[in-house]
Formats: sequence, structure tokens, C-alpha cells
Amino acid sequence: MEDRLWEYIDGLSSPEERSALEELVANHREWREKYAELLNVHQLLNASELDAPSMRFTRNVMEEIGRYHVAPATRTYINKNVIRGIGAFFLTLILGFLAYIVSQFHWSGGNGSSNLLSGNPNLGLDKINTIDPSKYINGTYISLFMLISVVMGFLLLDMYLQRRKRSRTI
Amino acid sequence: MTHIELTDTEIIKRVLQGEQALYGQLVQRYQQFVFTLVLRFTDNREDAEEISQDIFVKAYRSMADFRGESKFSTWLYTIVRTSCITFLRKKKPATTSIDNEGTFVTLENRESSFSANLVEQKSRHAVVNNAIRQLSPDDAQLITLFYKGEQSLEEIGRIMGYDPNTVKVKLHRARHRLKEKLEKNFNFELNSY
Repeated sequence: MEDRLWEYIDGLSSPEERSALEELVANHREWREKYAELLNVHQLLNASELDAPSMRFTRNVMEEIGRYHVAPATRTYINKNVIRGIGAFFLTLILGFLAYIVSQFHWSGGNGSSNLLSGNPNLGLDKINTIDPSKYINGTYISLFMLISVVMGFLLLDMYLQRRKRSRTI
Repeated sequence: MTHIELTDTEIIKRVLQGEQALYGQLVQRYQQFVFTLVLRFTDNREDAEEISQDIFVKAYRSMADFRGESKFSTWLYTIVRTSCITFLRKKKPATTSIDNEGTFVTLENRESSFSANLVEQKSRHAVVNNAIRQLSPDDAQLITLFYKGEQSLEEIGRIMGYDPNTVKVKLHRARHRLKEKLEKNFNFELNSY
């Protein structure tokens, strides 16, 4: 009951809810009394007074800021290129890592019977079957890859949160 | 000579262009709001005045970061809130959430000097102010922002870091608690007003 009445008093109710509440207040004593009670609280709060600091307050602040300058805006010294550079560095690192793995494959080696077209150079694709994946995808490499991915993930999250915070608060 | 009152945005623009003295107008305009909000966190006027002064200095120093996407008051009250929370953390070695009812109980006990006979001694408005002081800092600040700070539920949400719907629910609860305090601690007859 109170929540509905507060919404009505604050002017947040929908037109339908308003008329429904007006009817309830007009026809039911319990609702009428509660409405009068809440309205009193509302009016008292509206009429409450603010506390005032000492008479010297403004002068104190002005004397204090006299010693300072307005700091440059954050956006002027946070260079987006630096953030992009960090992202590019880690991206390059991952790509380099993948390129290294790929370079370990012997694409042209072997005499296979599995040529795609007879007479063409042997692509050595049959060698892929002989590659031991555990040699490259072992615990160390996976850990390293995960670590880099997590760092990049945090960087992206940080960029997103900063942008969101700026747009919400400033 | 007619005195034209500048808007907050105009003042900020001119302060950023070097007219530092104009900042005094903003201080005068908002000092009572800021001081009252800070008093909701600390019942000590000296502390409140010092924190309020720091808030205005911080606001001045970071004025270039104000982009005018919200009201200046909303931006300023965000600084008020973070400064007050920092003050509370420094003051209390044992961390206590400002949402915690325990904080409220502590404040209530500390404020017990505001006895019921204040009703006879002071005006109704003073009684309401004393009842607000007995609320938790979060409740007290919420009520002050809504009724005296000219902030909408969305703006209060931005200041306090809550969703507007959460603000609405918290505001209802805060007013309910205030009503209880007025009735119990101050024998306030709400129906007779």
C-alpha cells in the first residue's frame, strides 16, 4: 500500500494507477489515513531546511583554490593510440606464436600417395597425420596462450568500463 | 547596474577560460547542498566543513573533466559521495557498509542526545532534520538528494551507483524508516500535522 501511495505522491504512477488510487483514497478510510500520513512526511521533507557552513566558507575555498590550477582534462592525456598500441602488441604476439607453430609443419616433405593431382609437387599433407600435437599443444604453450588471452581480455574490459564510467558520470 | 545570474555551464566555461573568481558563485550556490549532504555522513560540523571545502577544491581542479552531459550538481554530488565514502573508510578502521543496518544502529545510539523533548524546543523542521540524522548515511543522503538536491531518480542513480528502480525502492524504505523515527523517537503525530 505504502509503495503505491509513495509513487502516487512522487508523481511516478501511470494515469490508470493514479485514478485507481484516487478512488481507493476517496472510498476507503484506511487508504485515506495512510495517504494523509505519507503526504505529511512528504511535505515535511520538502519544507526541511539545509544546513549552512560557516560564513567564511566561500572565502576559505577561494583562498584554497588560489593555490591550484584547473588540471587538464583526463581525455587530453590518456592517449588512445597507447591503448591501441598495447592491443596491437599482444595481437602481434599471438599471431607470431601461431605463425611459429605453423612454420614447424613440413608442408613439402614426404612422398605421399595422397597427391591431389598426379604430377603436382607433393604437398606432404599426409605428414600432418604424423605430427604429434602434444609437441606443440602442451601445458606450457596452452598456459602462455591463456595468460596472454586473459591479459588482453582484462585490457578490453578495462577500456569498456572506463568508457562506460565516463559516459555515465561526466 | 543589473546583475545577470550566470548559469552553471556559463560559469564553468568562463572559469576554464581563466576567470577563477567566478567559481565563488558556484561555491555560494551549492555550499549548503554539499554541506548538508556531507553532514549526513559525519555529525561533526568541523569535519563536514573541511570535507566540503576539499570537495569544492577537487571539483575546481577536475573541472576540465566536466563535459556537460549531466547537470553540474549531479557531477558535484558524485564527488561528494566518493569523498564522504573515503572519509568514512579512513575514519573507521573496521570497514562497515553504509548500507548496513549496524551503521544505522550506531548512529542512532550516538544521536541519542536528540531526545524527544526537542519537539517542544524546536520547530517541526528541526525535528525532521534530527530524524534524518538518525538514519543511515545512505538513507539520509538519498532523502536529501531527492528532496533538497533537485535530483531525479535517474540522477540519484548515477550519483550513488544504483539502478533508478533500486533508488526508488531504497527511497521508499528510507522514508518508511524516517516515518518510524519521527513517530517513535520524537512522538511526532503525523496525522495531526
